[in-house]
Amino acid sequence: MKHRRDVMVKAATTGLGWLVALLLFFPILWTVLTSFKTEVEAIAFPPAFWPEGWTLENYFQVQERSEYFSHFLNSVIISLGSTILGMIVAIPAAWSMAFQPGRGTRHVLMWMLSTKMMPAVGALVPIFLIFKSVGLLDNLVGITLILLIGNLPIMVWMLYTYFREIPSDILEAARMDGATTLKELVYVLLPMSLPGVASTMLLNIILAWNESFWTLSLTAVKAAPLTAFIASYSSPQGLFWAKLSAASTLAILPILVVGWISQKQLVRGLTFGAVK
Amino acid sequence: MGSIKLESLKKAFGSQIVIPDANLEIGDGEFVVFVGPSGCGKSTLLRLIAGLEEPSGGRIVIDGQDVTNTSPAQRKLSMVFQSYALYPHMTVYQNIAFPLKMAGEKAEIIRTRVQEVATSLDLLPYLERRPRALSGGQRQRVAIGRAIIRQPTGFLFDEPLSNLDAALRVSMRMEISDLHKRLGSTMIYVTHDQVEAMTMADRIAVMNAGRIEQFATPLELYRRPANLFVAGFIGSPKMNFIEGQKADLYGAHTIGIRPEAVEWSTTSGKWQGRIDRTEHLGAETVAYLTLDKGETLTLRTSLNEELVAGRTIHVSPQENSIYRFDANKAAIGFGSGQNV
Repeated sequence: MKHRRDVMVKAATTGLGWLVALLLFFPILWTVLTSFKTEVEAIAFPPAFWPEGWTLENYFQVQERSEYFSHFLNSVIISLGSTILGMIVAIPAAWSMAFQPGRGTRHVLMWMLSTKMMPAVGALVPIFLIFKSVGLLDNLVGITLILLIGNLPIMVWMLYTYFREIPSDILEAARMDGATTLKELVYVLLPMSLPGVASTMLLNIILAWNESFWTLSLTAVKAAPLTAFIASYSSPQGLFWAKLSAASTLAILPILVVGWISQKQLVRGLTFGAVK
Repeated sequence: MGSIKLESLKKAFGSQIVIPDANLEIGDGEFVVFVGPSGCGKSTLLRLIAGLEEPSGGRIVIDGQDVTNTSPAQRKLSMVFQSYALYPHMTVYQNIAFPLKMAGEKAEIIRTRVQEVATSLDLLPYLERRPRALSGGQRQRVAIGRAIIRQPTGFLFDEPLSNLDAALRVSMRMEISDLHKRLGSTMIYVTHDQVEAMTMADRIAVMNAGRIEQFATPLELYRRPANLFVAGFIGSPKMNFIEGQKADLYGAHTIGIRPEAVEWSTTSGKWQGRIDRTEHLGAETVAYLTLDKGETLTLRTSLNEELVAGRTIHVSPQENSIYRFDANKAAIGFGSGQNV
């Protein structure tokens, strides 16, 4: 009796899991399918699920009209740059908060998190004006810095959670063994929290890759990443759904592949410390 | 060389004073044990000496040099932690080699030294293993290997055997004692286990509530405890304390009698008592009594099955083994005092 109920519960939860996964995945699937349709087919009503002609035309046109690879390169520079620079700041910050906490550490952590709750648009005008006056508009350094600042709270929080899991005995042992703070970080703390460091970096690369508010507001041509490349297909002359889809597919493909390969790591990273 | 001197050492965490005023002189090559109940500040004192905690006042002098404000590594002391604190991502070899690597030794020298240390600790077959693939005793030996490899002036042990099972604890205790004989270095060992303290130490510092109650050899502590706390802490079963009229007769506020210094008889004796409970331990019998005025008394004697619960017997303390304490809990004399 109990056994049958277990099987039914399992079937129901599995079914529900698949349903949610399909719902979440459907927009991506639809985009990919649309990218292989003609423009007429793309706006047809009622819509057809499978493309009739399976054309690559949209991809050729997108590549002809705009430089995919220069945008791709910008995206790589921005997301890797902001992640690496961010880690350089976040690792020592998380270290000091986890192992040398002061009276205000908790408040600093909460305050950092609260900045993520502020709508970004609230800071747009001042930042735009500052960037304009120092010449950082449409500049790779400028946009990298903004994404770094935006993601820093998440980096520090994630690393802080990881570092807290490391027994302080081991770091003290390293100190007794003659390790300086830097060596303690390099030889003991970072290797021990490698999964955490890796998933923090992965998550930030993904966040920076997908970030569209600041990249659209502060870049135009030179520093424009793939988000701007997609947006350029929604123009005053009208929407070109098929080309927009082709551009979107090209833009999300790299990060989708990275995410797929590292999904185990990511899930572990995001749920780490939740169950112990 | 490895003499360690603590001068008016203080430690407070916020407003909580953990070590009010510690003074201690440890000679070169001495094996000193800090013993006391949990929370008495013995680990904090060890960590102050190690440099892992910053003192709130006072000085720490090692080999005549003031090291109060130097980093742990500069003090040239090695530490073995209760949790072993091995680096889980490194092999046994890398764990043992770590201090030399940090000191910038040449790879060739590191290899030779690790081989030497691993041989002396029977760790040669495990050099390529990770700590998690080792047993508790082997991990403990790796921790010791990591401590001895850079030939420190002194070793600090923070309850190193408390995670091991009883049999292993006894053999590791002997290994550490042997190590001390072989290296001749100063060792400070923290434990709450008085058997460990009594068997290993040259001198023992008995601690209570952050204070060093007495610093003496094991037998001195047993024979001449400075106060009620030390008298009660050293020795098992614990010393009997009797207050009131019986103590007054000896001119003391409290008298102390070790369970092994109580004689018993079925016919006559100084006091009368009823046996509440007995433990027959094979070679000896321990009996717990209640005396006529409600005082409790523990008696330890060679195995005797006549001692059974419910029976009333006569007991007498050995007159020359009575400890006397005043109202401030300090020892005021030994032996019978006035003759009764």
